Amino acid sequence: MTKSPITGRINVSFLIAAAFFLVVVMPALNAFGMIEDFTLNLWGKYLCYGIMAISIDLLWGYTGLLSLGQALFFTLGGYMMGMHLMLMIGKLGQYKSELPDFLVFLGHTQLPAFWQPFYSFPFAVAMVILVPAVIAYIFGYLAFRSRIKGVYFSILTQALTYGAALLFFRNELLLGGNNGFTDFRTILGSDLRIAATQRWLYIATALLLVAVVVVCKWLTHSRFGLIQRAIRDSENRVLFSGYATANYKLFIFVVSAIIAALAGALFVPQVGIINPSEMTTEKSLEAVVWVALGGRGTLVGPVVGAISVNALKSWASRAYPDLWPLILGGAFVLVVIFMPKGMVGIPNQIQTILARIARKKQIEPPLSRPQPTTPTDS
Amino acid sequence: MQNFSVSLRTIRFHLLVIAGLMAATTSKLWADERSIREIIAAAVAAPAPADQKSLVLSLKSKPSPEAVIWFEKWKEGEIFLHSDAAGETTPVLLSGTPGADGSFATVRMSDGAPLLGPDGSAVRINPKQVDFADTDSGLRRAMKEVADLAALADPDTAKRVRAIQDSAIGQKQEKLPALLLLKDIEKDPIALRALDESISIIRLRSAEAAERVAACTRLGELNSLAAHATIKTILAEAEAANDKETIAAATRAIAAIDRHISRVNAIGTAFRGLSLGSVLLVVAIGLAITFGLMGIINMAHGELIAVGAYTTYIIQNVFATGLKLSPFGMSLSIPGMNLSASVMDLYFVVALPASFLAAALVGLLLERSVIQFLYRRPLESLLATWGISLVLQQLFRLIFGANNVQVSSPTWLSGNWTVNDVVFGWNRVFVIGFAVLIIVITWLVLNKTSLGLLIRAVMQNRSMAACMGVRTERVNMMTFSFGCGLAGLAGAFLSQIGNVGPSLGQNYIVDAFMTVVVGGVGNIMGTVISALGIGIADQSLQQYLGNPVIGKILVLATIILFLQWRPSGLFVTRSRSLD
Repeated sequence: MTKSPITGRINVSFLIAAAFFLVVVMPALNAFGMIEDFTLNLWGKYLCYGIMAISIDLLWGYTGLLSLGQALFFTLGGYMMGMHLMLMIGKLGQYKSELPDFLVFLGHTQLPAFWQPFYSFPFAVAMVILVPAVIAYIFGYLAFRSRIKGVYFSILTQALTYGAALLFFRNELLLGGNNGFTDFRTILGSDLRIAATQRWLYIATALLLVAVVVVCKWLTHSRFGLIQRAIRDSENRVLFSGYATANYKLFIFVVSAIIAALAGALFVPQVGIINPSEMTTEKSLEAVVWVALGGRGTLVGPVVGAISVNALKSWASRAYPDLWPLILGGAFVLVVIFMPKGMVGIPNQIQTILARIARKKQIEPPLSRPQPTTPTDS
Repeated sequence: MQNFSVSLRTIRFHLLVIAGLMAATTSKLWADERSIREIIAAAVAAPAPADQKSLVLSLKSKPSPEAVIWFEKWKEGEIFLHSDAAGETTPVLLSGTPGADGSFATVRMSDGAPLLGPDGSAVRINPKQVDFADTDSGLRRAMKEVADLAALADPDTAKRVRAIQDSAIGQKQEKLPALLLLKDIEKDPIALRALDESISIIRLRSAEAAERVAACTRLGELNSLAAHATIKTILAEAEAANDKETIAAATRAIAAIDRHISRVNAIGTAFRGLSLGSVLLVVAIGLAITFGLMGIINMAHGELIAVGAYTTYIIQNVFATGLKLSPFGMSLSIPGMNLSASVMDLYFVVALPASFLAAALVGLLLERSVIQFLYRRPLESLLATWGISLVLQQLFRLIFGANNVQVSSPTWLSGNWTVNDVVFGWNRVFVIGFAVLIIVITWLVLNKTSLGLLIRAVMQNRSMAACMGVRTERVNMMTFSFGCGLAGLAGAFLSQIGNVGPSLGQNYIVDAFMTVVVGGVGNIMGTVISALGIGIADQSLQQYLGNPVIGKILVLATIILFLQWRPSGLFVTRSRSLD
């Protein structure tokens, strides 16, 4: 697993170039009309997914916790931002009321108390961070304290997401039920439907992505990151060495929930809708697919995976709507079996294969059966 | 039932006497020897409404379903009045198909013979030009009286019981004599109870206080749900009139009925919980093997269930008229055997093994193509099988269409069985029976066959088993395929109680995993207990909160908290190995 210094240096300069391209070049090209508004908006969506993918990788790739609840935190962040945006619609809605349309529709005449503070943007942002963090803390505390790990953790997070989705589908929660929130008008006073606002939202997303990558890079290369990976590889040894692994896991779980929530909060104004179907376990699993395809245990992999799968999805679900699930499912099975390191692991895998062939040539004739091309570590 | 059919004729005879006695007071036409249709025909033709009414009421002496059928025709305007040249009116029915001018051939209502004109030719009438026999409200009331009486003599117990129960509505004292007489001759215990109940309900409005109190007490003893609201009204009236005895009796009766209601609800909830638990159990038992014993997180388990359900669908159609499918733009038609309805009900017997085999086969393919590479990577088996589940779901959509398909359940599943006001639906009883069957089969396979022995050996210590010469690869294959076959059985079963569609499995997968996790991995008994526990908890919370979704969420929360207390589920497989 030791990286050669050359690839390390390439990585860093590549990362800086990519960041520059995403944050500066793309919006600039868009401003000069070289990239369509639609494309930029689409990329904003992909980058949000990329951030969520990093949050999954932080748990799965670095700590060995496969969480199927990241879609919940992503959606929660989206809902908190959505509540603010709903209130910003003001009297421009269908019913010309100060209240969000769905509340009028449900027969409410007054804004429920918990909606009130969401008029303030800073409060909404604080909630984007706090609500998922608190939920992640409570759930994580319970789960890690009783040392639930491996697949049990996955199944429990899946159940958590499932339960939350059931709850959010209810109208009684006063969060829009089935339809969720949509028809947003303004954010911080600027019209959401003009290109410039969308461009700024895109830049914010790209900056957040860069920031998340930098923070995670630092985190995973710190002493904390070392323990994190040690927990992934053998939790018992870490435990026996005197580390309270539960606390480490809890911390990383909360951090990744916050990252996912921030991505969700930026996702909503760009896509213009948020509803409970974003919260289902399928969405979580789909995000896990991005990470697996891109390559887990790296910070670039999840982003590459998220962007490429979603770009493929945008294309294939238009060109071959019937075959898209077959492609996605099939690709996924193949990747899991043949490319455990994902797309960013391909160069490495080719190297290994080449080296093996070279070795075989030295020891002629080959007596052993052909080796499987995949390393079988987990 | 035997008993009842013997008593039937007696009942009819007695009723005839009772009703005849009543009719004698209202109609001069008692001892009419004409047939029912003749009497009704005469009533239709009678010019004065009073005569019509008395003729109809005379039928109280011959309460029979036939009269009811004629009344319906009359009320629906299917009887037409033909007046001949002499001014004589004949009630007629239309027959055959309309001619070119829209006219129909006619038959006489009184005997069903074709109506002939004076010249001997058949009379044709145009329904648009001829009046049909009308009814007024008084007449319809008279018909209702006769029909009610006919219903009380109905040979079908269920219908008779319903008629008896209906007779209590409105608490009309004049209905009492017929019910009392019927009580003397009725043999069927259910009908007797209904009679007792109806009589008491009517007596709640009796003029005599003692009779009212007795009726209250009796209804309390009978735990009569039907009387609950009525007794409350009586209580309110008695309180207004300060009738102490009635108040005491009514209060006692209501308390007794309330106790009965809560008992019925508790049993009903437990029963529904048991059947929900059985559904969970049937769905989860395959998973208890593939996940519990083998450690494969099979996210495609739900789709294997759907494979079983679709197999059932195919078998059903093969038994009936065949099936046309159009997978990938091709058209594939499966011929049907066009069996009669009674044989059709047996399709399920064939569908059970077929769906087991189909799902087991798919499982075998999965194991050989994908899962065998993932035994040491449980988290990745989760992801790969999820990919497979996507593929399978889409295949279902492409082959069978995105909409739900229709699987009809055998007719014997639709009835129910009521004991002491608790309704046991046959489909729920079937659910429980099926679960028991599957558990027994699984237990037998695991504990009484050589395959079971090998399965247990490999699951407990793979390398040791391999050292002893067990072909662990093959055992893995067989075990996985057995677990998948059980999923297929679950599918055949779910097709009988719910919709069959491409996402059938998705609805159950979370619950199924939770069931296995709570039960304790690697233990079939744990799965049984946890499935029943979750089922009963779910139904009780639903009953208590009156909201299925909140109930479900609470169950999920409870499970998370439960795992705090027992992190590895109810039954822990003890092991010295770490992880």
